[in-house]
Amino acid sequence: MSSSPMVELVGIAKRFSKPAGIASRIARRFGGPERATTVHAIDGVDLAIARGQVLGLVGESGCGKSTLGRIVAGIMPPSEGEVRWQGRNVAGATRAEARKAKLGIQMIFQDPMSSLNPRMRVADIVGEAPLVHGLVGRREIDAYVDEQLVSAGLDPAYKRRYPHQFSGGQRQRISIARALAVQPQFLVCDESVAALDVSIQAQVINLFLKLREDLDLTYLFISHDLGVVEHLSDRVAIMYLGRIVEEAPTGEIFARANHPYTQSLLAAVPKIENRKTTFVAVKGEIPSPLNPPAGCHFHPRCPHAFARCRSERPAIRQIAPDHFSACHLNDEPR
Amino acid sequence: MTPTVTLEVRDLSTHFHASGTTLKAVDGVSFSVARGKVLGLVGESGSGKTVTGFSIMRLVDPPGFIAGGSILFQGLDLARISNEEMRRLRGNRIAMIFQDPMMTLNPVLRVDTQMVETILAHESTSREEARQRARDALGMVGIPSPDERLRSYPHQFSGGMRQRVAIAIAMLHRPELIIADEPTTALDVTIQGQILAEVQKLTRQFGTSLIWISHDLSVVAALADEIAVMYAGRLVEQGEVGEVLDRPLHPYTKGLIDSVPSRNRRGAPLRQIQGMTPSLANLPSGCSFRTRCPRAAEICQQAPATREWLPGHTARCHRPHHLVEEPA
Repeated sequence: MSSSPMVELVGIAKRFSKPAGIASRIARRFGGPERATTVHAIDGVDLAIARGQVLGLVGESGCGKSTLGRIVAGIMPPSEGEVRWQGRNVAGATRAEARKAKLGIQMIFQDPMSSLNPRMRVADIVGEAPLVHGLVGRREIDAYVDEQLVSAGLDPAYKRRYPHQFSGGQRQRISIARALAVQPQFLVCDESVAALDVSIQAQVINLFLKLREDLDLTYLFISHDLGVVEHLSDRVAIMYLGRIVEEAPTGEIFARANHPYTQSLLAAVPKIENRKTTFVAVKGEIPSPLNPPAGCHFHPRCPHAFARCRSERPAIRQIAPDHFSACHLNDEPR
Repeated sequence: MTPTVTLEVRDLSTHFHASGTTLKAVDGVSFSVARGKVLGLVGESGSGKTVTGFSIMRLVDPPGFIAGGSILFQGLDLARISNEEMRRLRGNRIAMIFQDPMMTLNPVLRVDTQMVETILAHESTSREEARQRARDALGMVGIPSPDERLRSYPHQFSGGMRQRVAIAIAMLHRPELIIADEPTTALDVTIQGQILAEVQKLTRQFGTSLIWISHDLSVVAALADEIAVMYAGRLVEQGEVGEVLDRPLHPYTKGLIDSVPSRNRRGAPLRQIQGMTPSLANLPSGCSFRTRCPRAAEICQQAPATREWLPGHTARCHRPHHLVEEPA
């Protein structure tokens, strides 16, 4: 039933390390302690996104979801593992193939003001890439840009303007038009609606839904907002400190969350339907990825943690049809 | 038992002089907050909700000024008292929590220095006792090992912990009123849940009145007793939280509620409000929402007055939902 995935991540890891400064190198020569400053931003992630699917990637700040998005989009190489685009490893591809894959995946960021060049007019922002890549000739570019702006819900009459002359929602539409201009098959949206006001956010979400229908797009939708993710996604993956802890179809994960982290995350989200709730706090802070807890990363905050959680990393495995979770509790007799 | 009113704002107007024109950032806003109650002040960016909070604290700087109205805090009109009188109230009986806790905290002073200073500014007590109270305040907002944390600098705290320190400082003098301006917007959901739990405990325990300024209807739904919705400098709807959310009268309020994803069928297009928030310099005449309003009619070219359509539920609209027929 399922076709081959559009994008597949196999054993992806990403480490950021700071080169040792001169002081610590000297200190080490004289027998000083070795101080590791390596952040394991992503720690062994496998993920597949099928054609036409919207995968919601949820997690709190510092969990590595943006880094993962950048690796999928090809902006950043992984330290380990393989990114497969339509079944082929991107790293081993010829330059022409790699370029084609990159064009096929476009990214839309949270803050359009820092992802749009403030000194370029909208027409150039949207028209530059298709010209450079030879998708459209110089003579047709004007009409082509108009078409992209219209499909992103902007009036082409404004295309001689600069980004600062637009409101936040319109600016986000400009970055959407720019992404669409290279005819991508896959969009990585990194908190693309987080900075928008409620009424504008609804408009942009609707635009994403419409584009999916019209252009048959596949999405990786990264967000910390569970309400938005629930609305948009077919599948949801929950990330905590560089690892995916649970993955399932949207309805399944919201109805039968398995991982204690997912459960506490869902419980912490205020809902407009719940009036005068008494809030119950999840204990503890999100640990620093510089020094994550051993075993299951969530164990210091987990209400069900036991000895095994402190030493052994739980593997992600299937617990129900199409529902994956990484928790030792699933091995325990109930 | 009648609830005692902590704050009553009547017809408050705060204007800004900008390039020859006057912008009415807050335009005739009235509301009140009872003891121990939470008022959710909701609106989108530029609606004037933050300026309302700043006006109550008398923190509006030129070119902004309070142009009219009164701010009655236990009978005292904050709009009229001297700067010196206001300074004695601020941080003592009225406190504010900002979205960014670094606005409250001085980055180069240790937390204990700042907290002790706050206490000694309003009370004559020994340094030792002030320190003890600071320690207790940190413990109360759920900061682990408060004795050690007192000696930390703000940058040594995480974002959520910093916001707790800001709340602890706001609570030091057991103020009768706290104005919280988007205090959890920048925080992660689990941390937001922790802060909300603390704040709720405090209002219930000490009878502190709270004005919670937010654009997030879901948080307000869970926390507030009353809700007031602002649009383009005016209050457009006000009432008990369940009443307003279940039976919104103003089309703007209804539009906001309808655009919340959980109020829509999954995957279906969200119901959305057309257009965008107009600039204050360029508001439509009459009802400022009419150019975006699905129910607008000819009468909307005249500015509507605030009217109590249902008991305790007011709206500034000629053609509220549920009460006036849909336009043909």
